[in-house]
Amino acid sequence: MRSIRWLAVVPFLALIVGPFFVNRATPFVLGLPLLLAWIVVWIILTSLIMAVIYATDPANREDEP
Amino acid sequence: MNGALPFIIAAALLALALGFLASRGKDMNLEQWTVGGRGFGAVFVFLLLAGEIYTTFTFLGGSGFAYGKGAPAYYILAYGTLAYVLSYFMLPPIWRYAKKNGLYSQSDFFASKYDSPTLGVIVAIVDIVALIPYLVLQFKGLGIIVDVAGYGSISPTVAIWIGAIIVAAYVMVSGVHGSAWTAVAKDGMILGIVIFLGIYLPYHYYGGLEPMFAAIEHAKPGFTVLAPHGESLWWFSSTVLLTALGFYMWPHSFGSIYTARSATVIRKNAIVLPLYQLILLFVFFVGFAATLQVPGLTGPHIDLALFKLSVKTFDPWFVGVIGATGVLTALVPGSMILMTAATLIANNLYRAANPAADDRQVSRIAKLLVPVVALVAVFFTLKGGQTIVALLLMGYSFVTQLFPSLVLSLANRNFATREGAAAGIIAGVATVAAVSLTGVNFHSLHWLPAPVQDFNIGIVALAVNFIVLVVVSVATRRVEAPAGAAAE
Repeated sequence: MRSIRWLAVVPFLALIVGPFFVNRATPFVLGLPLLLAWIVVWIILTSLIMAVIYATDPANREDEP
Repeated sequence: MNGALPFIIAAALLALALGFLASRGKDMNLEQWTVGGRGFGAVFVFLLLAGEIYTTFTFLGGSGFAYGKGAPAYYILAYGTLAYVLSYFMLPPIWRYAKKNGLYSQSDFFASKYDSPTLGVIVAIVDIVALIPYLVLQFKGLGIIVDVAGYGSISPTVAIWIGAIIVAAYVMVSGVHGSAWTAVAKDGMILGIVIFLGIYLPYHYYGGLEPMFAAIEHAKPGFTVLAPHGESLWWFSSTVLLTALGFYMWPHSFGSIYTARSATVIRKNAIVLPLYQLILLFVFFVGFAATLQVPGLTGPHIDLALFKLSVKTFDPWFVGVIGATGVLTALVPGSMILMTAATLIANNLYRAANPAADDRQVSRIAKLLVPVVALVAVFFTLKGGQTIVALLLMGYSFVTQLFPSLVLSLANRNFATREGAAAGIIAGVATVAAVSLTGVNFHSLHWLPAPVQDFNIGIVALAVNFIVLVVVSVATRRVEAPAGAAAE
């Protein structure tokens, strides 16, 4: 299951490369300019990705107090 | 006396009381004082790490940035998120190593990993030079907040002195425990205040978020997206990457990892912190709301946007509540910076000069250094002009130079030698200083393609650092190969 860790690369692509494709104000999404909405959505998705990595990471079972 | 003042005074007294109470029932030895006995659970570690997100810089600077520049402010949201992703993988090995070897500071980590007290001293000096302007910035912010939110009834100078005395007092008594307890009050208040302001102000003035952004785009086309040149997409991406790498290199952030009870605590935080960071979004909303409502602030005054709009919108008592929150955003990070700087001087400079010193002596000296460091910071706050701003901009780039040798040291077989690490850090820091002091950037190199001109100049320092590190490591590795192999 360690390969799931590679999901962590996705937020880097989304937030460093992604903006090149969404640098526009319209259409507004959730009331936000598109670029800001893209960043916000990816912050939420990043949190989810980290939760998935955490849940499948065997290290967290070994460390449990 | 006005309606706002009681709240501001109450916040200062609350911080003082919590800061003192935090030490109850604990023997304040060095381990308790600097790293909380390495016994903090997920919530306290979370608050210490989150403490770095909500400083006066984000409260005033984040809203001011959105107010004055618009879209470039988004980078703050993006780099923090990526730093937390990195933290999941990078911090647990650091924590484990620090616990095993009983480390107190970031400098200890380098000294121990590279088996080089000299490298420890170099790192400590880089850290201290970066930390002092950061502390000055907190004090400066405190002065501005008390001045504006108190409607001028307390001068910034008085506010800065009182704030510095309060922080120094509770840091001396409670160390990192004081920071953690006051962080509870700070984060509780900032959560409530910032979310309220970020929702209320756009609705009050524009009838909602979308109408607000539409109005801004109508009045200032392109304000909410990145510009084609200058602070462009290329600037954004290079800056996000660079600052994400530097984020945990701040010695007080690095040190707060040591307080964790287990590595799992740190990994859990990597899930929650990106979401928590979204509160910055509401800070941006305040700044955007102010753009069309209190126009005309320029230069350093853009940082006043939040308070100018608050004063225009609310009754004095509520401005006082916002001011009280602002005071806590200065005191809590200030306390961590103060403690970290005092620990570095006592533990890594004094102890390097007097290797016979035991933990009790170091602990006593660290506590005595707290008011000294606070005084130095107050002096620079009141006397220093623009130099401090320049120093602060350098500070972030300085600590980022620690990244390559830190990451390499986490590998099973470290490619970098101690000479390579030291040379890389010095070369990187020298490049940062040269670039900052001469004001050179890629825009002055006209033969470069336009996108490259927009790159964050910090990339150059990191590249110089890395190249020097590799070259010196290769050169010294050959000579030292037998000793290096024995140390594995």
